[in-house]
Amino acid sequence: MSTRLATGGRLIDRNKPLGFSFNGKRMTGYAGDTLASALLANGQMLVGRSFKYHRPRGIVARGAEEPNALANFGESAAFEPNQRMTTTPLTEGAVIASQNHWPSLEFDIGAINARMARFLPAGFYYKTFNWPRGFWKHIYEPFIRRSAGLGKAPKERDEDRYEHLYAFCDVLVIGGGIAGLVAAKAAGDSGQRVILIEQTGSWGGRAAVDGGQIDGIEVMQWIKETLQELEKNKNITIRPNTMGAGIYDHGYTLAYEQTHDLNAPRHRLWRIRAAKIITATGAIERPLSFANNDLPGVMLASAVRDYLADCGVSAGDRTVIVTNNDDAYRTAVALKEGGLEVPAILDARPDPLGQLVEKARDLGIRVEAGRGVASVTGKGRVQGVDVCLHAGEGAVLETIPCEAVAMSGGWSPVVHLWSHCRGKLIWDEEQAHFRPDPSRPPINHDGQGFVITAGSASGALQTNDVLADAHRAASGAGTPPVSDAISEGPIMPVWVMPQGAGIEKRAKMFLDYQNDVKVSDVQLAAQEGYESVEHAKRYTTLGMATDQGKLSNINGLAVLSDALHQPIPDTGTTTFRPPYTPISMASIAGDARGELFQPLRRTPLHDWHEDNGAHWEPVGQWRRPYAFVRTGESVDQAVAREVTATRTSLGLLDASTLGKIIVKGPDAGKFLDMMYTNMMSNLAVGKCRYGLMCSENGFLIDDGVVARMSEDTWLCHTTTGGADHIHGHMEEWLQTEWWDWKVYTANVTEQWAQIGIVGPNARKVLEKIGGIDVSAETLPFMTWAEGKLGGIPVRAFRISFSGELSYEIAVAANQGRALWDMLHAAGDEHGATSYGTEALHIMRAEKGFIMIGDETDGTVIPQDLGLDWAISKKKDDYLGKRAQARSHMTDRNRWKLVGLETLDGSVLPDGAYAVADGENANGQRKTQGRVTSTYQSPTLGRGIAMGLVSNGPDRMGDVLNFPDTDGKPHEARIVSPVFYDPDGEKQNV
Amino acid sequence: MLLITCPNCGVAAEETELHAGGEAHITRFGPEASENDFEDYLFRRENPRGVHFERWRHANGCGKWFHAARCTATLEVFGTYSAQTTEPPREILETIRAKRPAWTWRDLK
Ligand SMILES: [Zn+2]
Repeated sequence: MSTRLATGGRLIDRNKPLGFSFNGKRMTGYAGDTLASALLANGQMLVGRSFKYHRPRGIVARGAEEPNALANFGESAAFEPNQRMTTTPLTEGAVIASQNHWPSLEFDIGAINARMARFLPAGFYYKTFNWPRGFWKHIYEPFIRRSAGLGKAPKERDEDRYEHLYAFCDVLVIGGGIAGLVAAKAAGDSGQRVILIEQTGSWGGRAAVDGGQIDGIEVMQWIKETLQELEKNKNITIRPNTMGAGIYDHGYTLAYEQTHDLNAPRHRLWRIRAAKIITATGAIERPLSFANNDLPGVMLASAVRDYLADCGVSAGDRTVIVTNNDDAYRTAVALKEGGLEVPAILDARPDPLGQLVEKARDLGIRVEAGRGVASVTGKGRVQGVDVCLHAGEGAVLETIPCEAVAMSGGWSPVVHLWSHCRGKLIWDEEQAHFRPDPSRPPINHDGQGFVITAGSASGALQTNDVLADAHRAASGAGTPPVSDAISEGPIMPVWVMPQGAGIEKRAKMFLDYQNDVKVSDVQLAAQEGYESVEHAKRYTTLGMATDQGKLSNINGLAVLSDALHQPIPDTGTTTFRPPYTPISMASIAGDARGELFQPLRRTPLHDWHEDNGAHWEPVGQWRRPYAFVRTGESVDQAVAREVTATRTSLGLLDASTLGKIIVKGPDAGKFLDMMYTNMMSNLAVGKCRYGLMCSENGFLIDDGVVARMSEDTWLCHTTTGGADHIHGHMEEWLQTEWWDWKVYTANVTEQWAQIGIVGPNARKVLEKIGGIDVSAETLPFMTWAEGKLGGIPVRAFRISFSGELSYEIAVAANQGRALWDMLHAAGDEHGATSYGTEALHIMRAEKGFIMIGDETDGTVIPQDLGLDWAISKKKDDYLGKRAQARSHMTDRNRWKLVGLETLDGSVLPDGAYAVADGENANGQRKTQGRVTSTYQSPTLGRGIAMGLVSNGPDRMGDVLNFPDTDGKPHEARIVSPVFYDPDGEKQNV
Repeated sequence: MLLITCPNCGVAAEETELHAGGEAHITRFGPEASENDFEDYLFRRENPRGVHFERWRHANGCGKWFHAARCTATLEVFGTYSAQTTEPPREILETIRAKRPAWTWRDLK
């Protein structure tokens, strides 16, 4: 069993015990522990179950590469699933629960999957779930749903704060090991602005554990002094607990900070622009592939000595070392010197000779050369190791009892950040790993490399090489620091142990622990033709778990290469994608949640609406009142009341969100003739004209009333949602096509409040306030005038979107509320009723007026909507004219605008399709039209609708069937889209 | 996150400040155009893997359109220039020729 030793542990504070619970069991750790070290200290080696076979799994690693130890962490609003125990600091009262088991961690029903393993081979998902079809719903899906998803989803709203920060520097150094420290110091000394980030809370990386001297002083002291020098340099910013998450195009970097500070935002997402990025991201130890290498108690050799040195935690009294390189001997030495037993070092190399090997032998440790692990034995945890010849097939020479196995298959540089932006890799035969190719770096906007690797991340594994490489990466002045590290013997690549293992053993050698991918699975994938590494990855799910294959990647593609009988570089690697390790969704959102999710645009009358029962509707970034609901009234009742009040007496509408664009200049008329389908240049000053705007594809994109202000100035009204993009559309054509035309545009939407005064009593109320002549003679329909209303300067537009006598009065935004209040006071005798967007929609539909976004969807041309009258026949050209002459656009069977009246007076379902006879090529019922707008009309007391129907205008009186989504038929007759006052007698008074 | 310098205001703009506007130097065909010319104008694009001339708008900045010469594969930016021109300026072409001797784009090389 793992345990806490009486002494040791450089990172823990034995004076600060922390209580926590694991699966409800009370335990104690120390400040400085991670969840993983605290659990190991409490003898908890079993921490979870694997995804597919539910095999018992323990802690394998010390850091971000850990594949097994994921936990549901925290409670209620602070609950988070899938927290990596090896990187999560222990806190007082921490509540930890293991994942992916039922009913309990120790007794798990799903483990039966393990016995089914031969029925769940590589590509199982692809192979099985396609057949028979009926099995999907009742058998496969419930099975996957129960076994899929590791952690639980949080149930409560996250109560913590998160933020984004922006930073700029000359050099960003990612990684705070000795390489990162050397590089940051060299860059800072040369006067550059430097940011140094480190993913853990401690500095010095592996060197802090492995000891020795740098420049004649003890490593720990050297790290401390170097850090102090960096802190003194004002050019250098240092952030621990901050991971380089991703490097993106042209040197944009995301860093993820976990503050571990209750008084600060929980996570920060740093968005860093650096001229140069130095990745000093170190290397990760590879596991070895031997049978049962996933039993709890089998760990990376480096992790075993990290837990010992950092936390005073032993993985077991007796640890067998399995290796193909010298570095693992450091673990043996550390354990032995820590008073623990190392029954044997099984070294696959036939003749290990390095100084570390000698040191282990001198300590009396039994070194077995040319040996490997035939199988790890034990039920639920390591109890012993069956020893064999590595070169053979696995005949057991002896069984060594032990509690832990420390394995090392060599070290792979962490190349992720280098690779995110297409930095290329080369295979290093001597060290048996992929490392960055400095001649093919990621390039920036100028075509220059912008990422440089430093230290182990470059493939420099010996301390002196690490120091020299980091010094070079930062173009340091003078000579690099020097260590007293002893030289190591060469590694021997080992991808399968023993090398001649049969299928029974290979089916128990785990490559990807989290996703349960074994050596046999990758070999099967190759045999079945999945030769591309990207295909094999998806077929087997190798490297697709939340650890993204940090441990399994190289071993997996080595096995694949062997199965394909090709060298490893020919197989290549899969694509490395950000983030390096998962970052929280909340950090991505940052402050953008709740009210801060996006800016809210308020009209000058917003507060009045709020105080008067507005039922809000989002329209773009605006909030508009859908209806003003009175006490005791439903929303539908409010809408009906507003329509009736407006039609019979007086309605008031806040139309301020309407887009308002000024187009001015000697060529403004010529320009507008191009922008609109109809003629605007011949519009008289003081007159208004309804206009349509199309894209060059011919499709209708916006509509609105244009008013001519003066000889060289027009005011273009756009839809509420269209103001910004229509202004952009105008600017695009002016800047990129007709740049010699003298035209100036300005979007003045927010400078004006606009109020609709609508209904038979509209004129009376304006006359009562007085100041501007609004008589039928002076201000007829489709004209406008400037003047004063109740002392306020106004523009009065005689336009109507309701079919009633109607004025739209524009005033400076800061006068909007005063005018609104004045109108309500003066209109009180007529029961002045403010109405919302739904009443507006219903009244326009009763009149057959189209609405952009309802009757149009980007595929509709004005001719489809019966708007030919608004298309000039006199003009040579306008945007969309040529496209509207294309054969498909002139097809007589195009879906065209009609009115629809249900036979029983009910309301048609919105968006419903009219079915036609027969089926299309996909076996679906053919269609001949669809509903675009549908309402209960309070005025007519029945359902009304508009729709687009194939050749509709020529089919008046035909009855169509619009089935609802449940198949229920709705019969409707094709009628004119103008349901109310077809001759316009009400608006032209 | 591309970094492209707006030639109108001189700001080295983040991609999020910019609005991409597709291929540059397209001649507009109007009502008199043949079916083929009009189809080419509306739909046919170079879509190269390599050197490309494109339109960008500094939308969340000065609001102006400009042109950029950029490699679609490596994302290298060879230069930016005014949108108010019908062909790439000589110095941009010289830069590309120096860096990519074998390049072609429409009838440019
Ligand atoms: Zn600009």
